[in-house]
Amino acid sequence: MTTSANLILTLPEVVLSLGSLALMLVSAWGGQASTRAVSWTAVAILAGAGIALTGPSSHGGLAFDGLYHADAFGAFAKVLIYIAAAVAIIMAPRFFERTAGDDLRPEYPVLILLSSAGMGMMVSAGDLLTLYVGLELQSLAAYVLASFMRRDTRSAEAGLKYFVLGALASGILLYGISLVYGFSGSTTFDQISNAYAGSKSLGLTFGLVFVFAGMAFKISAVPFHMWTPDVYEGAPTPVTAFFASAPKVAAMAMAVRVAIEAMGPATDAWRQIVIFAALASIILGAVAAIGQSNIKRLLAYSSINNVGFVLVGLAAGTPDGVASVLFYLTVYVAMTLGSFLVVLQMRDATGEPVETIASLSGLSQTRPGLAAALAIFMFSLAGIPPLLGFNAKLAVFKAAVDAGLYPLAVAGFVASVIGAYYYLRVVKVMYFDDPAPEFQRGGSVVEGGLIAAAAVFVSPIGWILLAPLGMLSLNAARSLF
Amino acid sequence: MSGFPILSVMLAIPAIAAVICLFVPANTARWLALAATLIDFVLGIGLWAQFDIGGPQWQFVEYPGSLGVFDWKLGVDGFALLLIMLSVFLMPICIGASWVAVTKRVPEYMAAFLLTEVLMIGTFAAQDLFLFYIFFEAGLIPMYLIIGIWGGANRIYASYKFFLYTLLGSVLMLVAMLWMTNYAGTSDIPTLMNTDFPAHAQVWLWLAFFASFAVKMPMWPVHTWLPDAHVQAPTAGSVILAGVLLKLGGYGFLRFSLPMFPEASSELTWLILGLSAVAVIYTSLVALVQSDMKKLIAYSSVAHMAIVTIGLFAFNQQGIEGAMMVMLSHGLASGALFLCVGVIYDRLHTREIDRYGGLAINMPGYAVFFLLFTMASIGLPGTSGFVGEFLSLMGTYKVSTWAALLCTTGIILGAAYMLYLYRRVVFGDLVKDDVRAMTDLSRREIALLAPIAAVILWMGVYPESFMAPMRGDVSTLVARLAHTAPAGDSKPTTGKAPAASPAHAGDHQ
Repeated sequence: MTTSANLILTLPEVVLSLGSLALMLVSAWGGQASTRAVSWTAVAILAGAGIALTGPSSHGGLAFDGLYHADAFGAFAKVLIYIAAAVAIIMAPRFFERTAGDDLRPEYPVLILLSSAGMGMMVSAGDLLTLYVGLELQSLAAYVLASFMRRDTRSAEAGLKYFVLGALASGILLYGISLVYGFSGSTTFDQISNAYAGSKSLGLTFGLVFVFAGMAFKISAVPFHMWTPDVYEGAPTPVTAFFASAPKVAAMAMAVRVAIEAMGPATDAWRQIVIFAALASIILGAVAAIGQSNIKRLLAYSSINNVGFVLVGLAAGTPDGVASVLFYLTVYVAMTLGSFLVVLQMRDATGEPVETIASLSGLSQTRPGLAAALAIFMFSLAGIPPLLGFNAKLAVFKAAVDAGLYPLAVAGFVASVIGAYYYLRVVKVMYFDDPAPEFQRGGSVVEGGLIAAAAVFVSPIGWILLAPLGMLSLNAARSLF
Repeated sequence: MSGFPILSVMLAIPAIAAVICLFVPANTARWLALAATLIDFVLGIGLWAQFDIGGPQWQFVEYPGSLGVFDWKLGVDGFALLLIMLSVFLMPICIGASWVAVTKRVPEYMAAFLLTEVLMIGTFAAQDLFLFYIFFEAGLIPMYLIIGIWGGANRIYASYKFFLYTLLGSVLMLVAMLWMTNYAGTSDIPTLMNTDFPAHAQVWLWLAFFASFAVKMPMWPVHTWLPDAHVQAPTAGSVILAGVLLKLGGYGFLRFSLPMFPEASSELTWLILGLSAVAVIYTSLVALVQSDMKKLIAYSSVAHMAIVTIGLFAFNQQGIEGAMMVMLSHGLASGALFLCVGVIYDRLHTREIDRYGGLAINMPGYAVFFLLFTMASIGLPGTSGFVGEFLSLMGTYKVSTWAALLCTTGIILGAAYMLYLYRRVVFGDLVKDDVRAMTDLSRREIALLAPIAAVILWMGVYPESFMAPMRGDVSTLVARLAHTAPAGDSKPTTGKAPAASPAHAGDHQ
């Protein structure tokens, strides 16, 4: 295969890399004044990468001798990543503009683009080294983003924490990769898969455990979740929204690909790990969220909780299971971005952002539209029908039951009731309590539109998308098997 | 039977009206909600009129297409038809009952009620397992809001308890549903009703469904959410809770547990009969000592629902028909009783029984209606309550004489607590000044209570109108259960005059 043919298969990453490099130059010369132009260009580049996905890069097969897989699974995950990244860029300027002292610098969209390029590599990797390089590109950009509010100590703390723990996770992952390489003799997924199918060496099992531990860090599954609440709370809200959506999707898709493509023959070995992580995440995410008074920390625990449900789909290890993972992630991205967009509207009379749940008190009377949207997201996250969050949970548990994992399904469902409690508490504060001081008005039309779009998507109106989404995700999942 | 998708239209009208309600002023919202519920009532009458008694089991079937994991498939049989009729009949009355009582956030209130109506009709009409679950579970959201926003002083606790209790019950059912669709390869309810699941799995499935329906029903000992929810909910909320939402549990047993798991149902009949017998006696005794009117009626609901469950698990024509009749009658009578409580609550703003007394003197019209509904609740012949309770207990007697004997005492206790309530509120001397100042029923209140009174008498005098639509379905169900029906210990013999059975003794007291 010629180099040009290879490059065409990786076109989305090429577009993102070249685009981000060009924008980096623009922002270096243009300075602060270019922020707006760079932001919108970055969104356009993401759209361009999305258009590039319609070409052979969504079904072309192996590129660069198996280092890169251009398939429907990667394409599906990338669409989600690009959407989340674009929303994270769009919601940023107003946040920084209104938060005392720090205007948005043009490096923000550039970093997000670089991170997206890394995530594209993660989800399409066909080799452990491609995977690692993509992961590091994504992570390094993310560390900087977490501490993007330079004068804010919480933001700096979040960045540092994220960096230290992220480096530790990368180390663990790399150690696992080295073990897998040492005992299988290769880093490409196909060869590794053959090795797992053949021998049952202890070294391979150790490698598997370390690889999964490293990936659990990245998706913030229990017991490797400790960094999540602190980083989510400290990072600027648009960055938190980004962390909770795009990198989650990427890391999860990466984990699915490694589990199925590289370690498929060892399903019985990793299934135990995934089941434990799933149940522990669901339960701990739900229980720990109950005591939170900060909405961003609450959403952090909520994301841990949701990762647990996604892992239930992975535990099934079937095409249906993988399809349910993708479907869940789609709905999850909409709910998460919507919730964070609402959090972004929470500002007191002077324009300072507020983050306590108590400040939402009586929101249904002061801002009925906003309250209704957040209520929809909360009920949906709790998995109450007829909202799409229920359909997502139904899909992952259906996959688990079809695979015969009854105890997992029962335990997961029962634990989801614990989770419902704290989501209900947010609704209770908004609807049952007396109004608190009204939030400052004047959110942008774009943000309002995005909130409305996300709310409509998870509402019963979104049912019309169920059948096509189900088909697309199943098609994407089949490309892994 | 024509191509007109009447069930979908009945769902769409309140749904659209609910959305519009959110954007209009209070008074427009009231009229809009009333209009939407009345249109649905008219459509419901059309449904009943068009229903072909003795025709195919499933009528008005609509199946426009699939929604991924589940299908949008609607249809009704006799059971569903009658329960839908109950819902659409009570709904305009609920709107009317809230006309002046609810003054804050009226548009949202009306929207929540219209949404509840959509979900109730949907639950009864759904022919897909997951579609059923969605409607069944989604009903929690509007009820949570209704209790939490417009409820009484302790409303937050009650709303949480209601939500989490019922949610916990339902998730186990969902796992069972997933297993069933995986086993049978379809989520179509009529198909599943004729699927023979393996006997060892049936017990687990039955228990999972039981967890959900027992909470909704509610059966002792998981009934404790009901008194809290009832007491805190606004009047119309209590009417809907008692009138329709409690019927979801009975409907669930009828639609799922019995026809889908006949072996398990037969095996676990002892559990149902035992819990029901305890419920009847225990909750009746608890009702006797209540000082809050709504709580008293709430406990009486638990006792009545226990009569429904024993009737259902009698596995015979009388028992099941009786259970359905008790459900309908209880929906009307206890709904009306909650309205009666609401009438005096609106005037004096207390539900303490001791604060009232002697209302027969200054509110004679009210006293007449209240008496009729009290009698219907007790099960006096001539009212709707008698027909159902008599049939239900008679059916039970064939299966278990002991259960029938114990449950019949509930009728006596029922008479005791209801008459005791009536005596303390309506009879006696008019000694309190604020009570003396209370005015008799307004025209609006008469318009709300009179239709219910008429239907209660109709059902008591000529129950055939209500039993005819479901007779075929009951026969189908009994035939499906025939091979597992428990033998029974009543040992009826021919040729000898039957001894006076406890069931009869109870009903003629």
